Amino acid sequence: MKGRMINPGKVEAEAIVSSEPIGFYGGIDAKTGIVIEKGHQLEGQSVTGKILVFPQGKGSTVGSYVIYGLHMNGVGPAAIINKETETIVATGVILADIPCIDGIDIDQIKTGNKLKIDADEGLVEII
Amino acid sequence: MLAGEQGEVVERLFRLLVRLGDIYGAEEMIPVGSVQVAGVSYKSIGDPGLEFLEDFAAKGAKVKTLTYLNPAGMDMENWKEVGFPEDFAKPQIRIMEAFRKMGIVVTATCTPYLAGNLPRYREHIAWSESSAVSFSNSVIGARTNREGGPSALAAAICGVTPNYGLHLDENRKPNIIVKVDKELEFSSDYGALGYHVGKQVKNKIPYFTGIPSSANTDQLKALGAAMAASGAVALYHAEGLTPEAQLMDVSGLETINVGKEEMATTYETLNTGSIPDIAILGCPHASLREIGSLAGKLEGLKLKRPIWICTSRVMKEAADRMGFITIIENAGGRVVADTCMVVSPIEEMGFNITGVNSGKAANYLPGFCQQQVVFHDVDELIRRLSA
Repeated sequence: MKGRMINPGKVEAEAIVSSEPIGFYGGIDAKTGIVIEKGHQLEGQSVTGKILVFPQGKGSTVGSYVIYGLHMNGVGPAAIINKETETIVATGVILADIPCIDGIDIDQIKTGNKLKIDADEGLVEII
Repeated sequence: MLAGEQGEVVERLFRLLVRLGDIYGAEEMIPVGSVQVAGVSYKSIGDPGLEFLEDFAAKGAKVKTLTYLNPAGMDMENWKEVGFPEDFAKPQIRIMEAFRKMGIVVTATCTPYLAGNLPRYREHIAWSESSAVSFSNSVIGARTNREGGPSALAAAICGVTPNYGLHLDENRKPNIIVKVDKELEFSSDYGALGYHVGKQVKNKIPYFTGIPSSANTDQLKALGAAMAASGAVALYHAEGLTPEAQLMDVSGLETINVGKEEMATTYETLNTGSIPDIAILGCPHASLREIGSLAGKLEGLKLKRPIWICTSRVMKEAADRMGFITIIENAGGRVVADTCMVVSPIEEMGFNITGVNSGKAANYLPGFCQQQVVFHDVDELIRRLSA
């Protein structure tokens, strides 16, 4: 699949997929990388070291700082894939330097799929 | 800058501006003459923001242009006296230190234009706080989009912003006429008008007719602040009052009317309480004229419950020299600098019902601070504080 580079980088990791948007502020604990939003389909799961796949961000703009915090605390996702990256996530991944691609048909990716991504070229491959 | 020759931080922030420019269809970067950075209160940005700012400051990030801050979560000098909790004060002080290290003027105000950061007509700037964005675009005729905290910081450190949105002539044209058919007397009337119109027009650019030619900058600031809060109005034009109004062609635009009835309903909607525990003025931050006017009303009075007026450090200094602060304090009031009720933890300070004369404050206090609101002009608020 080919999308648009939001922030460059190449990585291979396992996917964790949410069909709901993610609000990072109050949604993911920056110290542990665990999803804490009540009732979210990923509640209780860790995003650490995985390729986090979701349609788009939502909620407070402080979410950008949470993405940065996750990365600095060593518990961030290895990469992010979106259907459409809005400014909160774009700001966060660029500040934190996390590879990120948008414009991807995320319905084709399942949790547990091994993914190879080349964000420089906007490429996502299920391996 | 993208090649990283100015260091890692500049490279990363420039990449942020380039990407935001892509998202919004900008074709180039333009230099900015001034910046105002939001995301200053510890209440808003919490530990994630604090850690980000300290990390960037430690990496040697420095601003290239005159940069001010949005209000902090507390009065940076008198926080103990005013009653701000210590576990809030400590991280707030660290946030300010991180900004200072980056060369940002740690004057924390939503009225930078009253405190030494005054852009000129048509100057490109990158400001954040919604009322300051409205005032600079509308009343001054400078040009800014409404920036988020990180994008404003990026503009300050790179000295440029992507050229899109309200930086371009074609996006500054009005798309709805608002005909005001009601006398406007108090600042609260301008706040109520703004609240009502913001709800109606959302993110459009209104062109006002019928606002009296006596309207001063304090009243226009109240109008713009309320519209930016209840809607997302970042620019308005007012016939005979704002600099770009006369350049605009308004023929064929949809018109909405605001009269006595709409204003009365707005006052009713905004009032959810009757006797306030405290009244807080200065949203947006009070001018010297507004502080002086309050002092005039309070001279010789003893209020049963407190009144605060929020302002910038610069205005507070001037008010002190005029003796206004002594008068206000003798009546049981307080002049609070660097912060405002919306971003400070007033709900943790024992207040449940807050009196305001600001449409913007009336819009935010129920949600952000769990307050019931008493919305009136200053004279009526003072009467109720003494009741």
